[in-house]
This record gives sequence, C-alpha cells and structure tokens, in this order.
Amino acid sequence: MSNTSIVKQLNILVGTPNVFSDKADLVTYSYDAAVLEPHLPMAVVRPADSEALGKVVAFCNTEGLPLTVRGAGTNLSGGTIPQRGGVVMLTNGLNRILEINSEDMYAVVEPGVITAKFAAAVEAEGLFYPPDPGSQAVSTLGGNVAENAGGLRGLKYGVTADYVMGLQFFDVEGRRVKTGSRTVKCATGYNLKALMIGSEGTLGVIDQITLKLIPPPRDRKSLLAVFDEIERASQAVAAIIARHIVPATLEFLDNFTIRAVEGFSHAGLPVDAAAILLIEVDGHAGQVAEESDLIEEICRTLGATDIQVAQDDAQRDRVWAARRSALSALAKLKPTVVLEDATVPRSKIPAMVHALQSIAGKFDLAIGTFGHAGDGNLHPTILTDKRDHAEWQRVEAAIEAIFEEALALGGTLSGEHGTGLAKAAFLEKEIGRGAIALSQRIKQALDPNRILNPDKIVGG
Amino acid sequence: MGDMHALIQLMREVEDQLAGCMRCGMCQSVCPLYAQTGREADVARGKLALLDGLLKEMFDRPDSVRERLDKCLLCGSCQAGCPSGVRVIDIFIKARAILTGFSGLSLPQQLIFKGMLAHPALFDRLTQWGSRFQKLVTRPVNDMLGTSCARMDTPLIGRRHFKPLVEKPFHRMVPSLDISPGRSGIKVAFFVGCLIDKIFPQVAEAVVSVCAHHEVGLLIPQGQGCCGIPALSAGDTRTFRRLLMHNLDLFPIDAFDFLVTACATCTSTIKKLWPLMAERENRSVRTQVAQLAQKTLDISEFLVSRNIFPDARQYDSVAHSVAVTYHDPCHLKKSLGVYTQPRILLQAANGYRLEEMAGADQCCGMGGSFNLKYYDISSRIGAQKCDAIRRSGCQMVATSCPACMLQISDALSQAGDRVHVRHVIELYAESLKQNGDCPAAHQT
Repeated sequence: MSNTSIVKQLNILVGTPNVFSDKADLVTYSYDAAVLEPHLPMAVVRPADSEALGKVVAFCNTEGLPLTVRGAGTNLSGGTIPQRGGVVMLTNGLNRILEINSEDMYAVVEPGVITAKFAAAVEAEGLFYPPDPGSQAVSTLGGNVAENAGGLRGLKYGVTADYVMGLQFFDVEGRRVKTGSRTVKCATGYNLKALMIGSEGTLGVIDQITLKLIPPPRDRKSLLAVFDEIERASQAVAAIIARHIVPATLEFLDNFTIRAVEGFSHAGLPVDAAAILLIEVDGHAGQVAEESDLIEEICRTLGATDIQVAQDDAQRDRVWAARRSALSALAKLKPTVVLEDATVPRSKIPAMVHALQSIAGKFDLAIGTFGHAGDGNLHPTILTDKRDHAEWQRVEAAIEAIFEEALALGGTLSGEHGTGLAKAAFLEKEIGRGAIALSQRIKQALDPNRILNPDKIVGG
Repeated sequence: MGDMHALIQLMREVEDQLAGCMRCGMCQSVCPLYAQTGREADVARGKLALLDGLLKEMFDRPDSVRERLDKCLLCGSCQAGCPSGVRVIDIFIKARAILTGFSGLSLPQQLIFKGMLAHPALFDRLTQWGSRFQKLVTRPVNDMLGTSCARMDTPLIGRRHFKPLVEKPFHRMVPSLDISPGRSGIKVAFFVGCLIDKIFPQVAEAVVSVCAHHEVGLLIPQGQGCCGIPALSAGDTRTFRRLLMHNLDLFPIDAFDFLVTACATCTSTIKKLWPLMAERENRSVRTQVAQLAQKTLDISEFLVSRNIFPDARQYDSVAHSVAVTYHDPCHLKKSLGVYTQPRILLQAANGYRLEEMAGADQCCGMGGSFNLKYYDISSRIGAQKCDAIRRSGCQMVATSCPACMLQISDALSQAGDRVHVRHVIELYAESLKQNGDCPAAHQT
C-alpha cells in the first residue's frame, strides 16, 4: 500500500484532524529525551477513543507497519523513537481519569493521563499514588506502565509495577485483552499484566489501567546530612539500609551536583561538602521520630559533619525542590546531558560511587552523580557536547565502563529508564542468552510480524 | 525567495542556542498552547526540533517550519521553566526575523507594519479616523466592561468583544510633558505604548497623577511610537529598527533617571528585545539601548523598588472593602520576574484587598497577533482565565498589561460576566485621590 493510501486509511480509522503526515509534524515526533538519532515516521495518529486505538493496531499489523506508541515522549532510552517510515500513535487523545474509588482504594485511567495531574486528583480524594518519576509533570501513566517508571520514593513505596492492579490492552491483531482485577488479590490465569509492564510497547498496546492507591503517611520528617568525604556518605547509605530502616527517600548528591544545584536554586546547600544525603522518613509520628533518631546516629557515627532537620514545610519543600532541580542544574552547564541509571544492590553503593569517580578521571569527563542511593539507583550524569566528536567517543566508552561496573557489582543496566534502543545491545550481558532467547520467543508469539515498537529491548 | 543554503547560513546564528535543548519535554507542562492542542509542533521542544531540522537541511522550503514557528503566544512560559535554560524567546524572535527576511511579509502585514506602524504620526491619524468609523460597524455589549462587538459579520472583528478605540487618545490629552522632580528627587520618562494611548488612556492618566502625587518628575516626549513588538514578532526587522531609532531619539538617556511603562509587553520588549536586536548596531546605538534597557521599569516595580510610595504596611489596619484578584502578565512575571511589586501596590491601594485566583500566572492567551490569527485557541485559553477569575469570587480583576486587559475583557464579556477589568496603577491612583491626596492621613 502506498503512503498516500495508508494515510487515507488512517484518516478513516481515527478522523482526518487526528492524522498528521506533513513532514514538519513528523519531525516533531521523531525523537524522545534520549541522546540518540531521531527517526522520521511516515504518519502520526491520535485516536480519540479506545475503539479507534484498537483499529489502528490491527491495521498496522495487517499492513506490516511498525507502530510506536507515544505518551509525552520523555523516554530516556529511546523507547519512543519510532522506526523510520513507521507509524507513531499518540495517547494524549485518551486522557480521562475514569474512576477514583476511595472505598476500595483504586483508580481506573486511560493511558494518556498525566502522572502529576493524576497524583493531584488522587490527593484531593485523600489518597496517595506514590510513583513520582522525574518527568511526572508531563509523563503519562501509559508511558509509566510501559517503562515501569520509578522515582524518588521507589525505596519504600516501590515503582509503577507495584501499583498496577489490572490492565486492558490490545494485542497485535487488535483484540482487547483484560488482565488483573480491581481486587487486592488475584490469582487467576497467567499474570499477563506483569508481562506487559515494562514491555515498552513491544507486546501490545495499553488502553486502560487500574491502579492501586494507598492512604497517605500521617507524618514525615526531612533530614540533610553533610559529609566531607564521599565514601562516608555512601557508607551511611549502606549502613541505614543494613540497619533495616527504610526511609521514604534517601538521595545522594556529590559535590559537583551540589554546586550546580546551589548555583541554580539558592536553597542554602553546603557547597563545600563532598557529598550530602537528603533523607525523608514518613509514617506514624512515633515511627518517624524513632527512625530519624536512628538515622542521625548512623550518620554521626560515620562522620557526618552536620545534620540539619527541616523545621517546617517551607524548609522541607525548599530542599526537595533543590533536589528535584539537580538534573536541570547540571543540564545548564553543557549542551548535551547523558543521564545514566545503572543500579546496584545497596551494600555496593560505596563501591559504585568510587568506580564512577575513577571512570570520570579515566575518561576525562565531567560526571555529576546524584540519585536515589537508597534504592541503589544512582544517576551518573555526563555533561558533554555531542558535537565534540573526540569527547563523545570517550562518553560512549565511559557509558560502557559504567555498565560493566554495575553488572560486576551484581546490579542492572537500568533501574528505571528502560532498555529501549540505548541498552538493547548490552542486554544479553545482564540477563544472559537464555533470557534473550525466551524473550524473543515471546515476542515472536505475540507479534509475529514484528510491528510493535521494533528494535526495542530484544532488537528487531 | 532566496536559496535554502543562504537561509541555513543565516540560521547558524541560533545553532549554539538550539544545541542547549535536551528534548526533556518539560515545556509541555507549562505551554498554554500545548495544553489546548496537545501537538508537539505547538510546544517549544517541537519548534526547536524543527529549527534544528531546518539547519540539518531536512526541508526544501521553510514555509511549513515558519508556519509552526509563528503559531506561538511568545508568552515565555517555556523559557521561564526550562531546565536547560534555553533562551527560547530569543531563538524564536531571531528565527522569525531570519525566516521573514527569506520569505517576506504577507500583504496585510506589509500594510500594517510598513505602511502604518513604522510611521507613528500616520498611525495616530489612522487610528483617530478608526475611532470615529468604528461606531458605524460596532455596538456596545457590556457596559461594565465597556466592550463592543460587530453589528454585522466582519472578518476582522469576528465574534470578538473588543474594547473600542477611544475618541481622544492620550497623546491628544497630553501631547507632551516635562515636569521637574519635587521631593522625590527622581525624574522618570514615560513610555506610553499604543494600547494605553489609543484604548486605555485612563491608565496613562493614572501614571501622570501618581507621579504628580509623589512629586516624581515626568518627561513625556511628543510623538512616541510603538515599542516594535508587533513588527518584531512577525519578523519585520526593518519596521522594528525604524521604531527603535525613532524612540531612541525621543528618549535622551541623560534626561531622566528611569523609563517607566504601564505595559508589561512594552517593558519586556525594551528591556529584553531591544538589546537582543541591537546586537548588530554600531557601538553608540548598542550602548544607548543597553542603558535604556537598564533604566526601564514597570510602573509598579518603579514605585515599590525605589521606595517612591509610602510603606505599604501603614495601610494595613484600614478596613479593606473590595476584593480584587490579580492576573500576572507573562511579560512581567515570566520575562522579568516582576510579580510581588504589583501586588504590593494593589494592597497599598486603599479600599482594596487582594484575593489570589488559581493559576494567576497562567497566560491569558492574548499573544498579540496570535489572537488575530488563532482566535479560537486564544479565546479558549482566555475562557480558562475567565473561569479562574470567576472562581476567585472577586468582582474586579487587576493586571499590569493593556493587552491582557483586552483579552480578559473579551473573555469576560463573551461569558456575560460583570467583572471590572482594571490596571493596578488605576486603582492606586484612584485611592490616592479618594484619600485626599494624603496617604499619611490614613495612618492609625
């Protein structure tokens, strides 16, 4: 079928105003937030309802058209970069919160709902949806499920997968599949939703999500611990976890990041510190008091030079806003920012921090390290200019070295950004030949024509 | 139309700035246009990718890129919130100038910019005739807001409820003024701006009376022109330059301590865009523009930051009666970071109390010529602002920009709301008058 007749068919399926095929529009759907080459699709469609969504999937399968689903396009591993000449399907035409059930503590949403808007709507009902990826102000819940997005609260509250109770998706032939339930427990059938979560649009297309909600914590307390040696800060992270304390967030910022953040946000961070830990404990008042005392004690024992406890919400918010601005602050320093998220078991945080420092030295690169140390998920952030070819080669070598190190420490290539295109080639090193082969058989069974987001995760 | 290679060479000017966008997409969360359309080409990230595509020779013709680039409110919300600090507005303004230089202006744009705007005296005369003529084709719709609408189907007016041109613009009430400072010891020059001159002259009168009250010296040169933003946003750098030179001649830098305006857009244009566009001028012009930009202040910022008006706290115990909500003009808050000063001034205006609306700093959707070209989207954004005003429960909304006043009046009038739209300086000026010109009398 020619491009013109494909566009004509798509017009029939989703309505003319919802099909974009002008080159200028296609350019704007050729990239995501990963530092990778853009690929120009052939058409972009925006279904306005679930039926149209299913029909587009079936049509692409029949015509052998590569189909990439796109939420906000904030992916950091290239998961939303389409295949050249393929079709991009936008989910922002499906952005209704269908139900927030306070009695049974769940919500049903369409995939295009924006994460932060959903969290706010839930909060207005007196409930709590914890996953808070860095891009939550724009990211979509469909994208969060497809990538199994994490966030600052992962350590205590888990990631998106921990909140998905049920899914409704279209298989590649456009048949609606329901999996999971609105019940707390559900032990029937294969756990198909588990297969869909984090599958990056390679196995089916999500059109409805049932999410678990929880009661919000009653009390919370934020601490800032200052260290004059980076090792001591990372040892404190490992020690807190080893004492079986699970804070809501336990974030690490190295000196490079502290200086960048302070220059940007003026939150009063100690710019001379080698590293700081930002810690928040939450729960019942008694638990909060007990845990924060223990954390203070651990940090002091390990040589924290100063520990500040936020006295009020304003102070707390200022410090956390500063942490949230870490990536922004680093991004202002250089044109290109490569945000990695290799993750290690928490006892290995000191070793990983050490390794990152030597990698920065070895490849002569500016690397700021911050991140969710409490769950082992650091974000070494390489600042560079992609147009500087010599430096870019060193960046690529450094990324590989970071991967090697994370795997050697028993970790993973990605804590929360996904495999996508960026890490597909390295995946076998982590999961092994057996897992790759099984994944390919699953892919072959569910998507025999290989139209669902090709090239991602297990390759073409 | 020139050749694409030449265009690409010109576009290299913005190449470095374009490289700063890391495609994070956070601009989606603040762009008022994207909130309406959900199309990537409407948000800064998409537009920057298109300019990048133009540089990488992905397009044979620039028309489709230009069309998308022009579909923007230039509100600067994206720039204010950009994690990477990309100077989005600078890039867009420069790119519009380059693309217009390449493809040319449309005929109506040529008539308006080159034929009228570039000649301040002619522009004044034409609008004067317009104010007489408009009554034939329009009728009043909302006496409280003072809006009118078309009597018959006219393409230019459409279904707008607009504030008509006044019969006697400010420049005919006060052609020029040169008053030495009194006890304040400060002299300001007043840049009036087109909308205030021709639609809201009472705002300019308020500036004059407030300056008189506080014994601030005032210079109003005769024959002021437009700040140039309509021409600049259409990429018409020649008209812009003509207006820049015209205004530079009228405001000799040593004749005053500050240049004040009561228009957020004029202030932001003089402070940010005049220096940006003067980069290629000779050194003396560059210096003059830089000094002028340095001296330019929004009227409320001037009064508050220079401690011109008495300490606001002395009014605290006076019974405040009328609830007023405040709308932040994008060009004041997002471009210049000015948002506390108008509120302080408002609270100092005796008889008013400030009630914040939700999303006070969300764009009203005016965007100058954006409103002319994309009225449907513009009025949908305006309707949201209108909702926020209504939910604040106030019978009056104040702001610091005549363009926002036009848009908000239209939105409120369309919805049949009876809410007053006022400029902050008007309220302050009236409170001074009501209080017998003696603020100290109200100290308790």
